Amino acid sequence: MIAKIYATIAVFITGSLLIYGVSDFPRFGDARSPANAGVEGGAGSISEYYITKSYADTKVPNIVTSVLADYRSYDTMFETVVIFVAGMSIFAILRTFRSGAPLVENFRKDDSFIDGDHQRIIVGTTCRLAVPVVQLFALYVIAHGHHSPGGGFQGGVLLGASYIILALADDLAAALRRLSEARYLMLAAVGIAIYSGLGFLCMLLGQNFLDYGVLEAVFRTDGPEMARSHSMLGVEIGVAATVMAIMFAIYANLASKGTLKKAL
Amino acid sequence: MILSFDIILLVFLVVAAIISLSVKDLLSASMIFGIYSFLICLLWADMGAVDVAFTEAAVGAGVSALFLIATVYNTKRSSSD
Repeated sequence: MIAKIYATIAVFITGSLLIYGVSDFPRFGDARSPANAGVEGGAGSISEYYITKSYADTKVPNIVTSVLADYRSYDTMFETVVIFVAGMSIFAILRTFRSGAPLVENFRKDDSFIDGDHQRIIVGTTCRLAVPVVQLFALYVIAHGHHSPGGGFQGGVLLGASYIILALADDLAAALRRLSEARYLMLAAVGIAIYSGLGFLCMLLGQNFLDYGVLEAVFRTDGPEMARSHSMLGVEIGVAATVMAIMFAIYANLASKGTLKKAL
Repeated sequence: MILSFDIILLVFLVVAAIISLSVKDLLSASMIFGIYSFLICLLWADMGAVDVAFTEAAVGAGVSALFLIATVYNTKRSSSD
């Protein structure tokens, strides 16, 4: 109880400090804020550069995608690595190969979760009908990330969610038949290999790491701009592969306590 | 941005946050956390950050709520404090 009081006091102090800090922020959408107008006396702002020049640089209409996958490609690569490492840690902590003895013990068996077979039929049929739609939409999101909101992360999460839906509809075994453990672990690594491989390809051709313009020769495009656009698609596919595999890996290990046998 | 819409969203956001922290049943808490994520997603979309809203909808409201439910299923359902 006393710990709770201390925690509440700490939360209130931190919260009021944060709210106090927010009062220094520029107004939402203020054209004269440093992010929009640049530092006074210095060079123009970077957002202005992105807004005016990114289409000419990359031929990608969605500025967010061009910033994430090209200008800030290094960031995105290591974000993907973070997701990979998170998935691997969950795998390392939870996955158990001894049969019958999961590492994480079940504290209290609560059977009120499963409501019986009649509900399972309704849920199962709905889920099975949803899976192809979700997967098709996910592929659209990945492929169309240049022109509309979306991209590798969102598409990858949707793809992973489609396999999770499959696992909820039947059982984990049905989903694992389509995306086995060996395959999702490999896919997770392959995604990062695609991303960093494109980066190293740029280095091999004599440019900086992840400087896609030089891939013009590989993709046989008209100029470096289209090469950037195509490499962004390649990079997004890598991100999607990793994210999809890791999302499903986390679910499979969490739901079955690392045995990959009986789940939710 | 529509001011009245924003105010409604923010009020619901605070309510959802408080409920998800205070409710004893952890399954309900994780579902209300999903609602919280969805409200934040609406706020992002309202502010024009469509990419972020999309990510929040997919990751926050979709998959992470599911991860929480899977964890609750494998540990225990009611909170002890």
